[in-house]
Amino acid sequence: MDDNRVPLLEVINLKKHFDKSTGLFSKKKKILTAVDGINFHIYKGETFGLVGESGCGKSTTGRTIVKLYEPTDGQILFDGVDLATISAKNMFPYRRKIQMIFQDPYASLNGRMTVTDIIAEGIDTHNIFAGHENPKQAKQEKIYELLESVGLKREHASRYPHEFSGGQRQRIGIARALAVDPDLIICDEPISALDVSIQAQVVNMLQDFQKEKGLTYLFIAHDLSMVKHISDRIGVMYLGHMMEVSSSDDLYATPLHPYTKALLSSIPVPDPDSDIKGSRIVLQGDVRSPINPKPGCRFASRCRYAFTEVTSSDGSFNDSLVGKFAFEKIVDPNSGDLIILQGIEITALVAEKLTNAKFESVKITRERCFNETPELVEIKEEHYAACHFIKEINNLK
Amino acid sequence: MNKKLLEVKNLKTSFYTHLGEVQAVRGISFELEEGGVLGIVGESGSGKSVTSLSIMRLIDSPGVIKEGEIIFDGVDLTKLKKSEIADYRGNEISMIFQDPMTSLNPVYKIKNQMIEVIKRHTDMTTAEALERAIDLLKQVGIPDPVAQINDYPHQFSGGMRQRALIATAISCNPRLLIADEPTTALDVTIQAQILELLKQLQKDTGMSIILITHDLGVIAEVSTNVIVMYGGLIMEKGTVQDIFYNPQHPYTKGLHKSIPKPHAKNDERLIPIKGSPPDLMNPPSGCPFSSRCDFAMEVCLTDAAPGYKISDSQSSACWLHDAESPVVEGFKKSKEVL
Repeated sequence: MDDNRVPLLEVINLKKHFDKSTGLFSKKKKILTAVDGINFHIYKGETFGLVGESGCGKSTTGRTIVKLYEPTDGQILFDGVDLATISAKNMFPYRRKIQMIFQDPYASLNGRMTVTDIIAEGIDTHNIFAGHENPKQAKQEKIYELLESVGLKREHASRYPHEFSGGQRQRIGIARALAVDPDLIICDEPISALDVSIQAQVVNMLQDFQKEKGLTYLFIAHDLSMVKHISDRIGVMYLGHMMEVSSSDDLYATPLHPYTKALLSSIPVPDPDSDIKGSRIVLQGDVRSPINPKPGCRFASRCRYAFTEVTSSDGSFNDSLVGKFAFEKIVDPNSGDLIILQGIEITALVAEKLTNAKFESVKITRERCFNETPELVEIKEEHYAACHFIKEINNLK
Repeated sequence: MNKKLLEVKNLKTSFYTHLGEVQAVRGISFELEEGGVLGIVGESGSGKSVTSLSIMRLIDSPGVIKEGEIIFDGVDLTKLKKSEIADYRGNEISMIFQDPMTSLNPVYKIKNQMIEVIKRHTDMTTAEALERAIDLLKQVGIPDPVAQINDYPHQFSGGMRQRALIATAISCNPRLLIADEPTTALDVTIQAQILELLKQLQKDTGMSIILITHDLGVIAEVSTNVIVMYGGLIMEKGTVQDIFYNPQHPYTKGLHKSIPKPHAKNDERLIPIKGSPPDLMNPPSGCPFSSRCDFAMEVCLTDAAPGYKISDSQSSACWLHDAESPVVEGFKKSKEVL
């Protein structure tokens, strides 16, 4: 890859919030922070993978970039133009330059339109063959050419979507996206609904088109091995925040963020005797709700580094713990009684109970993780991570 | 070798739709020993789910088990009456499904749904059943089960729902647990938790598991034995090591090549399997994979291959193993047909 790469798309502090308040008189607003201030850029001609668990905001990011959703805040710089503030009218030419391929090949094609109509819609809307000698014929030729390039036949042009299998429908979706000669294609889980043996066909096709037409892809998916395979660089999202951005090889070889480490180690490996199983990090708990999230690192409640241990030499915790927060639930080992729940402030009474129960050490939260949202910073060349303790965790200087 | 728990012989299941007969399972045979974890891998429409539903006798009209035997602990389940099979479900054989939300009733508390199952299969009182249910929830790792058992399904996350379903499924100590794509709807970090849980429960209780999935990674994590299904037939079976390190059938080999290797370099191209799966309304007369197979011969188009024995644990249904077929690298010759 050459050194003077230019970003085609730059996303700066992008936010997309949804108001989930219910009822006319509800006092407290419920804001779902699907995407909450993320930054990344995509170079021309590369594939940028966006991964994360369901609800992390990866699809919302894709949809906000094409302005299917109006962004709440932030900038979407496409070729230097901010799409976030542009008017609908001025957005029109960019809708041709940015196309999208959807996850569900059954829901994303109109069942009442023929394949020709589906593919021609974009061509007609953007008047691609305006000024051409014979626009009708040029359009038909283009459609045939597209169908053949995605591995379908000319005679398929007059058929309806229900006559095709899932893999073939996804090919129609790809032909539709390519019809208007876009620069950037947002692929939102394009292969998740397909069978394993068909996935490779579609992935190879996407890669061929990229080489041939110099396309740029934003590839959104949760299948981490496939994302690694197709992407040049990858961003890892968690609950609306970007946790780590890096080249794909570097990310998989040396993940820096605790979440990325856990995520990558939970991929099931198609190798029964693999030694990875022994060192697997199985995350505790579930993803928190993105509605009115608390400040701090979004991953803190599940992070195994988000605590410090307070040890007591004389078996007394009275002073050292009061005012701190318990990292996990503590149960008295003798009586089985609950002493304190996770994330609750330790009072003098609780500290006394801990002392009486003769604990040797108690895990308390690292305050920074729970109070202060970490920024995405460059740790090493082109490798960014958002974690307060990234250096300690990875033994970096 | 352990005692045989389940033996399926020449099972054929079809659905008679108004468009014609859909032959979902077209004559498969396999066995499962006590304490074994059998992975069934296949694409959508390969017949893997219908196989498991047939074992549970959950095939409803217009579906029919046309032929074959399903022998569970010496009893042929296909011959049992409806009332008799009900005693097997839950007690001896339990099942968990892909979507944990649709398997739970949204208007009943988790508590009521679990107690209902326990009381149906045992003589426990409601209070005893409640205690058992709380115990089970603790066993599957639900935090604070005493309080959470009073929740409704929508208050649980996807992973917790699947845990609650697993707890319900094992509540009567079944000897066989059928898990049909148990982690497909879950995130990868939650999937790791659930697979870990299934492995642990299998170790603790000694039950057998049939795990149905399309994900070769999941199969490799949990199974001891594997069946590869395609077009309603078994293409290959063997131990998990056989299937992953010494695959013999062209379809199994093709599957391995079409998924990215975890440690491969990025620029390595995937080798897809060309074409698409067969239509089970008019299944091909020969090998279902023949139209997509690089090695297809004339015989493949007319006759499905029998299972050639590759080793004591492995067999593969491909004509290339026959002594009269041309020699192709990577395909062992076999004299024995199962």
